[in-house]
Amino acid sequence: MEKKKIKILIAKPGLDGHDRGAKVVARGLRDAGFEVIYTGLHQTPEMIVNTAIQEDVDIIGLSILSGAHMTIFPEVLRLLKEKGATDIHLFGGGIIPDEDKEKLYQMGVGKLFDPGTKISEIVEYINNLFKEKVSE
Amino acid sequence: MTIKEYLKKFEEGDERALSKIITIIENGYEESKEILEYIGKRTGKAYRIGITGPQGSGKSTLIAKLAKRLLSKFKEIGIIACDPSSPFSFGALLGDRIRMNELFLEKGIFIRSMATRGSLNGLAYKTKEVADILDAFGKEIIIIETIGVGQVEVEISNLVDTTIVVFVPESGDGIQVLKAGLTEIGDIFVVNKSDRIGADILFYELKNLIEMSYQNSKWKPPVILTQAVNNYGIEELEKEIINHYNYLIENNLLEEKRKKAVIRELVNNFENEILKILWQSERVKKLFEKVVEEVWEKKITIEEGVKKLIKEVKYVK
Repeated sequence: MEKKKIKILIAKPGLDGHDRGAKVVARGLRDAGFEVIYTGLHQTPEMIVNTAIQEDVDIIGLSILSGAHMTIFPEVLRLLKEKGATDIHLFGGGIIPDEDKEKLYQMGVGKLFDPGTKISEIVEYINNLFKEKVSE
Repeated sequence: MTIKEYLKKFEEGDERALSKIITIIENGYEESKEILEYIGKRTGKAYRIGITGPQGSGKSTLIAKLAKRLLSKFKEIGIIACDPSSPFSFGALLGDRIRMNELFLEKGIFIRSMATRGSLNGLAYKTKEVADILDAFGKEIIIIETIGVGQVEVEISNLVDTTIVVFVPESGDGIQVLKAGLTEIGDIFVVNKSDRIGADILFYELKNLIEMSYQNSKWKPPVILTQAVNNYGIEELEKEIINHYNYLIENNLLEEKRKKAVIRELVNNFENEILKILWQSERVKKLFEKVVEEVWEKKITIEEGVKKLIKEVKYVK
């Protein structure tokens, strides 16, 4: 029996065009053995959630540098709920003030990483999330 | 959710159930058998199109434009996009979707990216099964995109009804076109990025080749110039796909082609199972280790070692 491959969607929502970070993370996660789907710039929450469902990903990582995080994270969460896909874990990275982070954590968003985070920290975070799933 | 519940939802057209079922098959979970039994009886309705060619030739973009066009005639389209897994980390970066953004919100379009996970034929291991699942789900058209291929990955042509081979002007000159492999499997050839220098030369080289190779054939593969990003040539591509479909139907070749594929699959799976059974045998394993040492110490040749191993096969149950 093959073990479950963890599939991750790295998405870049909204209007900001800076996807170097998202690409570096996608590449780093690939090197850590995950299957990473990257869909490019300017994704709407609907596009992100549709993709997540069709690809049956385990986890969505959003990269937001534009300041729209308080709009986009809740909307993605809402759509996941609407489509009965709350088992998909949502985390993110970008420039997000601490007080906003707190609010997002309370809504159910997973870890939000700051610029300068080491890839290994993100890998460790994901591995911890899915420890049980991998050893199944 | 149990498999029964998933299959019920699948039958109702639930995309999430479809997606979960694909995951089960892709990962070879225990429930696969039950699913494949269910799926197997419900396939054969969809028309399958394969798109192959070197990396960066524009396959994903072509598919996006083609699918968008086909939506005016068909409501349900499935797309399988293969990308390679790393042989080192076993991870993968699946990036075909980047070119297909315009399809993400189209109702009726379902896209699934698949990592090759060690498969070397240009496709992911369970591509065929996933195409069957999409077929059973009710997709009318299924488009399969290979990874970026070189010259020998021709398996796609056994999986689909119409094979489209995409080249770009940088693919090489007439000699590359004359080489075996990829240039032999196309039902339709596309020269994409045709605004670039050399497109017309490649176009005529391909035309020449086809003129020579298909003299006695009823179907002469057309060559089409496209610029996928500009939506140029897509209409002609669609037209030629329909022509090829009509050709297969009028000459009773569609069934024949599909039956051949079934035979191939049966042979492949049969052989794989035999190999699995052989390697599960402790006797074979032990003898194999012994033979390795003997060959290594130059006591026997590889051929003699093989003969020894074959003698052991008859004891395997």
